[in-house]
Amino acid sequence: MKILVPTKRVPATDDPVRVRPDGLGIDTAGRASVVNPFDAIALEEALRLREQGSTSAEVIAVSVGGADCENELRTALAMGVNRAMRVDSDAALDPWCVARVLAAVVAREQPDLVLMGKQAVDDDANQTGQMLAGLLRWPQATFASRIEIIEPGLLRVARETDRGLETVQIRLPAVVTTDLRLNEPRYAPLPALIKARRLPIEILTPAGLGVTLQPKLRVVRLEQATLERACVRVADTAELVRRLRFEAKVI
Amino acid sequence: MSILVIAEHDGMHLRAGSKSALSAARELAALQDAQIQWLVLGSGLEAVVAEAAGYAPVVFADHPLLVHPTADRYAQVIADVARARGATLIVANASTFAKDILPRAAALLGAGMAGDVTGFAQNDGQLLFRRPMYAGAATATVTLVEGPRVLTVRASAFPAADPLPTLAASTAWPVDPATLPNLIEYLGCESRPGTRPELTEARVVVSGGRPFRSSAEFEELVGGLADALGAAVGCTRALVDAGIAPNEWQVGQTGKVVAPHLYVALGVSGAIQHLAGMKNSRVVVAINSDPEAPIFSVANYGLVGDVRQFVPELIRELAR
Repeated sequence: MKILVPTKRVPATDDPVRVRPDGLGIDTAGRASVVNPFDAIALEEALRLREQGSTSAEVIAVSVGGADCENELRTALAMGVNRAMRVDSDAALDPWCVARVLAAVVAREQPDLVLMGKQAVDDDANQTGQMLAGLLRWPQATFASRIEIIEPGLLRVARETDRGLETVQIRLPAVVTTDLRLNEPRYAPLPALIKARRLPIEILTPAGLGVTLQPKLRVVRLEQATLERACVRVADTAELVRRLRFEAKVI
Repeated sequence: MSILVIAEHDGMHLRAGSKSALSAARELAALQDAQIQWLVLGSGLEAVVAEAAGYAPVVFADHPLLVHPTADRYAQVIADVARARGATLIVANASTFAKDILPRAAALLGAGMAGDVTGFAQNDGQLLFRRPMYAGAATATVTLVEGPRVLTVRASAFPAADPLPTLAASTAWPVDPATLPNLIEYLGCESRPGTRPELTEARVVVSGGRPFRSSAEFEELVGGLADALGAAVGCTRALVDAGIAPNEWQVGQTGKVVAPHLYVALGVSGAIQHLAGMKNSRVVVAINSDPEAPIFSVANYGLVGDVRQFVPELIRELAR
């Protein structure tokens, strides 16, 4: 089984995100980058599927972006993927562009399964996997919290939906997007991280893959969203109920 | 100009979120001078079509092969209808239903898509969409290229649409089973039917965090206060991860987004990912033993202390 895991570099969001004064992006000074947490879950699941299955299984991580993405691809290599590749682009890409690039990578690599995060925590789009499945006319199972191989080529996937846990069955090749509770990703051990620095990363180009990048979505500007409210500290539950009834009038 | 609103329903009734999506479509129609139509998909749709026609004209795809909302078939029918009707905008409530299906339909149509849209504007004839990014820390203004455009909209950002004075027309879409893909086999959905309001539709939400260590305790305190207030229950990611609450109760960046009149956060610390799902609530109450918890910075009313002491007290106060 060959599994392709699209892996996106995103800014770490442990510290509150600040929008730059020019409104054209966020302030990345001093901010670390990480593998998109949902993609890390996809990497982990791919490695587990490989570990359960035959030794001939292969896991490939792919990023679309500039040279700085190689940092996160090296994290994927240190976690244990067999190969990593980067499709070189410095352009601002939307889910449509990334899905088209990934469809071309799929045509080249012929994976059985594309396993990827349900959304990236920077743009929160939640589109790329579904668009890729649509472009390929492949089955899709989004928001996966459990993946079982029922027989070779047949997956049963539990999906986290607003209505509860849905179960679907799909034949490979397919696209599966991962939700939070699928697994707990492993940490790449330090020696593996050091070793991964010397491992090769294959560089492809959109042109080489026959893809012209024409984004359909463009971010015009960003604004800082304000959250803060002046909090009235109440002394006890009686005061709280009184204020909710007579001041806020919500109960 | 034609706007297609994808109706989400339970076989009997429209979901409340779809009526908010219709409101969003009406705002867009006013900007674009466009006609609005529902697209209802499913099997045995008489009741839903009758309800939907109270709000806007309906085109409905009623076929046994559409009984379950599988993305392959639904996206195909949505794309077919959008092409046939020359739809310029395809709009749905940003639920997991639409998030699964609409990006696939956008790919089939070669359409650009913006998700979780909370507002619109028009500038020099160009439509601008506002949507959150970075777990709601930033609000982006985005454009989509000419051609069909696909949107999911946040129900919490738009009011439920008012019905029309008279019933609108409904038209059947001829589903050709031979053209429907057969890529996804639906096996079932485990949901917990309950008597409480649906989380995204409730006027009041009571939400619990880490201090609740078992499902029984969560039900007694969070559920008990919810029942005293006629509220829906929600929770943080930690409780779903710990198996204490089901995933459909999770509020946040990757769970549900709610904006009720009143949001009561019990023992919720206020991680940015949770705030992303509730910060637009009209009034927020926080009870937490940590006076420095970030939840207090987005709360209107705060009470510092143990939820185990204060929640039973609050339930008694409300019963007076």
